Amino acid sequence: MSEEKKEREPLFSPKNLKLIKDPLSINNPITVQVLGICSALAVTAKLKPAIVMTISVMVVLAVSNVVISLLRNGIPPRIRIIVQLVVIATMVILVDQVLKAFVYDVSKQLSVFVGLIITNCIIMGRLEAFAMGNKPWPAFLDGIGNALGYGIILIIVAFFREFLGSGTIFDIHVIPQGFYDFGYKNNGLMILPPMALITVGVIIWVQRYRNRDLIEDH
Amino acid sequence: MQEIFNIFIRSIFIDNMIFAYFLGMCSYLAVSKTVDTSFGLGLAVTFVLGITVPVDYLLNEYILKPGAMAWLDEGFADVDLSFLSFILFIAIIASMVQLVEMVVEKFSPALYASLGIFLPLIAVNCAILGGSLFMQERDYQNVAEATSFGLGSGIGFFLAIIGIAAIREKIRYSNIPPALRGLGITFIITGLMGIAFMSFLGIKL
Repeated sequence: MSEEKKEREPLFSPKNLKLIKDPLSINNPITVQVLGICSALAVTAKLKPAIVMTISVMVVLAVSNVVISLLRNGIPPRIRIIVQLVVIATMVILVDQVLKAFVYDVSKQLSVFVGLIITNCIIMGRLEAFAMGNKPWPAFLDGIGNALGYGIILIIVAFFREFLGSGTIFDIHVIPQGFYDFGYKNNGLMILPPMALITVGVIIWVQRYRNRDLIEDH
Repeated sequence: MQEIFNIFIRSIFIDNMIFAYFLGMCSYLAVSKTVDTSFGLGLAVTFVLGITVPVDYLLNEYILKPGAMAWLDEGFADVDLSFLSFILFIAIIASMVQLVEMVVEKFSPALYASLGIFLPLIAVNCAILGGSLFMQERDYQNVAEATSFGLGSGIGFFLAIIGIAAIREKIRYSNIPPALRGLGITFIITGLMGIAFMSFLGIKL
């Protein structure tokens, strides 16, 4: 419309790239913002469900960020939570139906956790904190960035749990048979749910040790 | 009758929402700084679960399940609306939470003030939607079983959050490595509590 409109920001300006990079490290949704822990831990016993979960969250988060960002000036503040939930729930239903159609076995493994993407705090949190006040393109990047930050933790946890717990990576045996002959055993405890919590605890420990700004008082 | 009691005990100890399925972790971690607030949140979650699970059960049984609409008319016998369950469950939960909020505000302003922002946030607590989705997956026989499952899960959440809050109040006085303070140690303690709860795993009820 006006003159200044012509000087548009380039699509990948430093400010926009920061939206993708920050969630990967200093503003990670799981270890720093403490969002979306619920589903993150339950699906990490094997790498494959962890990756499917990451992709599902990425699709839901990016698309609903864009939709809410487009609607942001038309949503009355009093009913915004319901509007957000409806957008998210619609996206999750789509993702769920696609998973059931194309990767049925993984969808069975994820069981209720696909549905629980609706109440995944990452999505509500990002919609509230970012998409309600920003343009669609940054909102899209923010969605992708946060889903990647979420995915990285999921994949690290799943890697260690699958490697130590079953001796496999993507269901392929990587620990040579010779080790087993010498008496090496898979650590069955790693497959059980509580070890996911402890693994995330250790990741947080390492991250905060390397980045002192993140340390809490108590 | 015995079956109902079994489901109740199972959902408190063996299938504990926090330690076995990690549902409701977000509010569990955010609210568990003191015992008082976690007591209030635990009560509210138990109450909401106790209401929404049976309501969602009826919804699932008479509207959503494949063939559930047969009571309406013969022609609806092969209608399958189960793909709508996410959106209907979340709508029921959001409206129930709204209702609970209004009731609490009217009859107990003190509790309302102490719960503050956490009351509306129950709507997006994974444990609540998780309760409804597990109820759907496990195919309970009647509404009494669903109710006892909902109440039991709520009490399981209540026990877990009170436990961690008590530990966190004490742990303030211990000397933890700086990088592990706060979030890190809470995760590890929850993991250890989870291992302790696993001792119930072998029990068949």
